[in-house]
Amino acid sequence: MFAIGVFSESRILDMQPFRTHTGKVAPLYRDNVDTDQIIPKQFLKRIERTGFGEFLFFDWRRSPDGRPDLSFVLNDHRYDSASILVTGKNFGCGSSREHAVWALLDFGFRAIIAPSFADIFANNCVKNGVLTVTLGEHQVAEIVGHANSTPDYEITVDLEKCMIQDKRRISEHFHIDEFTRHCLLEGLDNIGLTLEHEPQITAFEARRSRTSTARDPEWR
Amino acid sequence: MDKPDVINHQRTLLHKIWEEHLVCEATGEQPLIYVDLHLVHEVTSPQAFAGLRAANRRVRRPERTVATVDHNIPTEPRGTPINDPIAVRQIQALQQNCTEFGIPLFDMDSSDQGIVHVIGPELGLTQPGMTIVCGDSHTTTHGAFGALAFGIGTSEVEHVLATQCLGQRKPKNMLIAVSGSLPEGVGAKDLALGVIRQIGTDGANGHVIEYAGTAITALSMEGRMTLCNMSIEAGAKAAMMAPDDTTFAYVKDRRFAPRGREWDESVERWRMLPSDPGAKYDTVAQISGSSMAPFVTWGTNPGMVVRVDESVPEISDLKMDRDAATRMLEYMDLKPGTKMEDICVDRVFIGSCTNSRIEDLRAAARVARGYRVAGTVRAIVVPGSQAVKRAAEQEGLHEIFKNSGFEWRESGCSMCLGMNPDILQPGERCASTSNRNFEGRQGRGGRTHLVSPVMAAAAAIAGHFTDVRNWRFQ
Ligand code: SF4
Repeated sequence: MFAIGVFSESRILDMQPFRTHTGKVAPLYRDNVDTDQIIPKQFLKRIERTGFGEFLFFDWRRSPDGRPDLSFVLNDHRYDSASILVTGKNFGCGSSREHAVWALLDFGFRAIIAPSFADIFANNCVKNGVLTVTLGEHQVAEIVGHANSTPDYEITVDLEKCMIQDKRRISEHFHIDEFTRHCLLEGLDNIGLTLEHEPQITAFEARRSRTSTARDPEWR
Repeated sequence: MDKPDVINHQRTLLHKIWEEHLVCEATGEQPLIYVDLHLVHEVTSPQAFAGLRAANRRVRRPERTVATVDHNIPTEPRGTPINDPIAVRQIQALQQNCTEFGIPLFDMDSSDQGIVHVIGPELGLTQPGMTIVCGDSHTTTHGAFGALAFGIGTSEVEHVLATQCLGQRKPKNMLIAVSGSLPEGVGAKDLALGVIRQIGTDGANGHVIEYAGTAITALSMEGRMTLCNMSIEAGAKAAMMAPDDTTFAYVKDRRFAPRGREWDESVERWRMLPSDPGAKYDTVAQISGSSMAPFVTWGTNPGMVVRVDESVPEISDLKMDRDAATRMLEYMDLKPGTKMEDICVDRVFIGSCTNSRIEDLRAAARVARGYRVAGTVRAIVVPGSQAVKRAAEQEGLHEIFKNSGFEWRESGCSMCLGMNPDILQPGERCASTSNRNFEGRQGRGGRTHLVSPVMAAAAAIAGHFTDVRNWRFQ
């Protein structure tokens, strides 16, 4: 049987702050990329947060016999060591599996650019220090175009200024909500933040048990 | 509270629940919402417990936390050894975590085990007005009771375990008004597919949907759960509907439901929950219930929907990128113009948190009665919980299924996502009552068509999709 209880290594991916990041851009220009594609279910059985990178987009990266599918963008050596992914709308839809973000991060991605993201996925990104940049369809298409045609095309994502820039043409402002930005910039431990409100939580529970009929379930 | 709320005091169901659960709103932070019920399963929780342990934190309210095993477990008779050592490790991790942190667990051998979204309502844990979360996107199911219920990631699971709260941006509110009534042979699953067809797979992103209208109030609780369940496939954060007498009748006398005077007081409180007349929504959509039909998906996301009497669409008719459409058709091995009713299936799956409740099984059994599953088809029925299984067996539904050639299984997620041995082989085509037709969802290279339970049963018998509105019941 297995030794359960040795979990200490699972916090290796403690959240790194995100301030400014410059990196190579890989284009995966498809809409509705779901988390089942990002990390197929057969790899969800690990109980750690680490080691998911090699299984990222597994069914797209590998043909059924296990060999790399060379037509898939992440197997194209031009995009080796890319750390920014640019993709289509509704990225990360489907299952809530945070393993999708762990896999992207473990593979080397720090920022994802798309016209829109699925809500749970975007939340999961923040908790892991991965920045989701939402831009208009037009701007996304332009970045995809450059990533396709310019060798080693790089972008700088500056979260302090909320700007993305490349060396020549692109210089765009992006919008992000202030709290998310703050968490990413500081690499904040959200749980620690909430625990500072312990007195309010306790007060809430006390108030509620006086004023409402909502009760704890009675475990009989 | 900010001024506009004071002036316009007509509040929606969402706003009422939100305000009732607001713990605090510190400057520069997201509002903190209290969580009434936290459901836990084996796949999305191990890393959360590990995080607690590493930071030396405890579970704040173990009695408001409930765990079960559903995703990994085999649906062969209980006691069958699990061959996958990694799945065993995950199941054991949950058992150990529940023991260590004092969390009630409905384990493999429990008579209350089942898919997490089936057992919450069935045990009466899910109640109107609650906030409910789970590390699972289909938590939207519980909104059928007039609760605010949504899926979260593993970091948030850890957050809720440690604090019983969650920082949340206030979501937008979307009203989907479904007028008229659903035609004969058309059910909640078809309505769910019809909604996604109309608003798209990202049509409700950032929103909590509230369903209202005559077609909604006419639905049973099972039907309401099916509709709320599938709303995540339209991108909704959560979905809900006003609690009413149908809701109260379902909850009453269930194991964790309030009793006696507390029951009366609870119902009185729940009657205050429905949205006030004139309350404002950020977005409104109108759907005609009577225009719904039995639907079948043809592509690799739940928005790719046609009526069973239609054909696979022409690429030029699709509002999507040509390459993406071509890819989808290739993956599904379909040609534009093929009649849906001419598409043969190899497998049929009746189950999942979308369609595995007693009413779903009754409806499917009614179609199957007196017929045999086609020789070319392998069909399985997987009840959503042990309680559903028992109820079905009491009614003799299992005999109907077995006599017709369906396999009758133990409860779990099963072929909805194939984390257990129930998977499609590459190239196999499946009529499935589950919720996702993504590439490889039911097994690598597998082709999934989402349908209602009656459509699935009819496909099993005919060997191809067939319009259940013309079914000759025996
Ligand atoms: S039945 Fe399917 S969708 Fe529902 S909880 Fe299980 S895996 Fe998720």
